[in-house]
Parts: sequence; C-alpha cells; structure tokens
Amino acid sequence: MQYSKKVLEHFTRPHNQGVIRNASGVGMVGNPVCGDLMKIYIKVKKDRKRGEVISKIGFETLGCASAIATSSMITDLAKDKTLEEAMKITRQDVADALEGLPPIKMHCSNLADDALHEAIKDYQSKHK
Amino acid sequence: MPNKKIYLDYAATTPVDKEVLKEMLPYFSEKFGNAMSIHSFGQEALQAIDAARGKIADFFGCAPTEIVFTSGATESNNLTVKGVLKSYYSKAENAEIKPHIITSAFEHHCVLDSCKAVEKDGLAEVSYIKPGKDGIMRVSEIAKAIRPNTVLISIMYVNNEIGTVQPIGKISKLVRKTNQAKAENEFKTVFHTDATQAVNYFDCDVEKLGVDLLSMSAHKIYGPKGIGMLYVRKGTAIRKIQDGGDQEYKLRAGTHNVTGIVGFGKAMEVLKKNMSKDSKKIQDLRDHLIGKVLREIPNARLNGSKTKRSPNNANFSFRDIEGEGLLLSLDMEGIACSTGSACSSGALSPSHVLLSIGLKAEQAHGSLRMTLGKYTTKNEIDVTVKKLKAIAERLRKISGSVLADYYSKK
Repeated sequence: MQYSKKVLEHFTRPHNQGVIRNASGVGMVGNPVCGDLMKIYIKVKKDRKRGEVISKIGFETLGCASAIATSSMITDLAKDKTLEEAMKITRQDVADALEGLPPIKMHCSNLADDALHEAIKDYQSKHK
Repeated sequence: MPNKKIYLDYAATTPVDKEVLKEMLPYFSEKFGNAMSIHSFGQEALQAIDAARGKIADFFGCAPTEIVFTSGATESNNLTVKGVLKSYYSKAENAEIKPHIITSAFEHHCVLDSCKAVEKDGLAEVSYIKPGKDGIMRVSEIAKAIRPNTVLISIMYVNNEIGTVQPIGKISKLVRKTNQAKAENEFKTVFHTDATQAVNYFDCDVEKLGVDLLSMSAHKIYGPKGIGMLYVRKGTAIRKIQDGGDQEYKLRAGTHNVTGIVGFGKAMEVLKKNMSKDSKKIQDLRDHLIGKVLREIPNARLNGSKTKRSPNNANFSFRDIEGEGLLLSLDMEGIACSTGSACSSGALSPSHVLLSIGLKAEQAHGSLRMTLGKYTTKNEIDVTVKKLKAIAERLRKISGSVLADYYSKK
C-alpha cells in the first residue's frame, strides 16, 4: 500500500489520541465487518466572541493505517474550531491535509469526518 | 530502518536457492534452444527438460509422462477445473446433464474463481463445503455432497493461510469407492489436490495420496517464479484449455519455459535431499514462535488446528488490533508477514479462509500469518516477537475500548 509520508507520520505518532472524560459530545462510526471503528470525543467551550468552540478533542480507532491517520488528522483540523466551522470539514479536506490517500482508502477508511459530525450532533442534541 | 530484514512470508514465495540458480544460468544465453526444434539447440533444451521431468516424477512417484509443466499452480488449477469439464462435454451423451463439482470453501482463489466462472457460464454446479472450526475438512461432509453427476472433487492438501492439513488419502478412498460403483461408460469422478503449500513438508507420493491430479508451483520450494506443474494420472479425463502447440502431451500449448523447468527440477532434487532435516528445524522454530506469542501477547489466538498443520505456519488473531496497521508497523521494523485483513489486499471483506472456520470479521481483520522457511533463525523469531509485542501494545492503546463500546451499544 502506497501511503504518503504524512499518513505514515500520523499513523506512527497520532495526535490527540485518547479518551476525554466528561466529553461534551461523542461520535462513533464504522463497523467490525468492514474493519474500521472510530470514536471521536469533543469538549465544547463557549467563547464570548465566537460562540461554541471545540476546546479539546480526542479519538479511539480500531482500523488500518489510514483509519488511524484520518482520525488523527481530523482532530488537528477540528481543534479550536467553532461547531459551525467543524461541521463543514469534509473527508476531502482530511485526505488533502494528509497529502492524499490511496484510492481504495478514500471511501472505506475515511470516516473521521462522519465521526466528528456525529460527536457535534451528540453535543447539540444534549444542549437544545 | 534496521540493517537486517526478517522475512516471515515463505508461504507467499521463497528465494531461489543458490544451487538452483546456478543450474539455470546456462539456459538463458548459451543453451537457449526451443525444445520443440529438432536441431541440436532444440535437443539440448529437450534433454534438460527431460532430466528435470525425471527428477520431479521421482519426487511424486509417478511416470515422467504424467508431469505437465505449466506457469504455476494458478494455471494448473484453472486447467483442472476447465479441462475436466471440457473432457466431460466432449462426449455427446453428456450434453444434457449438467456436471457437478465439489470443492472446499477455503480453497485458494484460483480454484474458487475458476469454479465461480464455470458456474456463471452455466457449465457446472458447484458445492463449496465448509471445513470444521479447526480448519480440517470432514470426509463425511464431502461424502454427503457427492451426486451421480459429480465430475470433479478438488480439495487442497495444505491450506495456504492457516496451514491445516487435509485428509487427502481418506478422500481419495471415498472417490475410488464412488467410482467403483459406477457403470463402465459413466463419467468417473476426478480427484484433484492443490498441493502448493504441502510439497515442502509432506509426503506427496501420488500413489499414497490416491489423487488423479495434483498442482504446485516451483517458487514455493526455492525454485523460480513462473513455472509449476499439474500431475495428470494416466487415463484421467482432462483436455487442454489453451491452443497453439503440441507441447506437454498436448495438454498445455506454449513454448517451454526451459530455464524455469531446469530450476524447478533442481529445486525438487535439493528439497528431496534436505526435506526431513529442514522440516524438523522449521517446526521447532515455529513451535517456539507460537508458544512465545501466546505467552507474551495477551488476547492472542492461534487460528486453525495446532497439531494438524504445516510445520512452517503460524496464524494468529489479536483482539482490538487490525491486521494492515500491524503488518505496516512490522514492515517499518523490517519484518515481512501477511494478514487476512481486507485492507491489506484491496478486497472488501476479510479472509474467506478465516471466515470459513467461523472467525468473526474483526478476528479475521486482526489476523497475522507468519510462515517460516529454511533460512529462518531463532534470533529472527525472538526479535520478531519482541517487536510484535511493542507494536500490539501501541495499536491497542489507539483502539482503546472502541470495539467493546460498539458491542455494548448494539
């Protein structure tokens, strides 16, 4: 499998890895059949000027190298973003930030955006 | 990057033995004749082929005329499935009765895909029999599947992923009994085994096995790639599927791969000489590997029977770990292995072999195959387990409790 240097970097030394206790929102996607399971934890803080901001983010991922790398990358992309900004992050953004993914991985192991969006929705459903 | 790499993927392919390479070299540029030519160049090549054929026939305990050279086991297995059907349909009286094939659910893809192709073309019906949870085929299950129109039974000798050994001798007895009950003019059931992973370690005397057809590839026995053979018992109902020449007793058209055949012959000779010694050494190392992994890495399981398995094969599943990441991490340390994870092969689902013996998808995704060979050392095994342990810990830290959470929410 030809992975970019960036993917291998994030696979070997993932950023923001781990559980957040008392998270404001949690999103889990994937299933064991396809082989990838991802869980994103977010902590939301209210900023007077910007509104609701992701102040802390973490993840747990069971999956291949690109599943781990995309999880790591999305935590970098979403950190310190407002919820509105974070909702706009796409899987293409994640792939671009990783300097590309092998074509077969674009679909199956690039679920981190879904997990992030689930986590945000989870937070929003609790704070209506 | 470490300076010395460790190769633990001998079931994928083996390096060409130096003695084998030496034997092959003159046949590239000096003795380059086409074995079908009647001049001296051609005859020189033909003699080399005959000598290799003799060595191979000697190994399998058959006549040299029963050895058909092919490009490898994939071609031999295609020739088996399609060639037996071709022979069946060559008889006008068979046109109305669709033939039936029995194979195992965990054959190599070249057998399974050949079967699926003939099924799709409406040429045959196929029964795919599941092995037991230990990775061993039950003869009684095969007996139950036999029909009056069963023309071919194809069961591998040793499974390529989990190394489990199949009861070929018992199945051949069953086939013989079935055939004895048939009328003189009825199409007899042909029994084939794909012995690709067996040749290095197991008795392949075709009389003892009782097979009609047997496939193998030279590159699994320290010979070159691109050459293999199909043993064809005299009188077996099979026809060629490739046109263009009368080579190989009219069963396989195409110019002989002379260098490959010469190397193949030599590889068989070397194998026969060292087989029992190498086999014992490899099995001891493999047992050391299995013991160490199961002792030192928590939540690891061995896939397939512990006792009825090839001396060189170890196949594990690690909970909360996915195989591709594991493989990649090992490769970064210079250690080459293989996995049944879908992600490593570009397929959508994980190993059909591991699923066929009842593993859950995540167990199949989390599998690691390590296959040893004659150059494997104890130090390599020790280094590998040490690295594997650290990698498993790292990946488990990343996956955390996500799998348990998934199941608790369901």
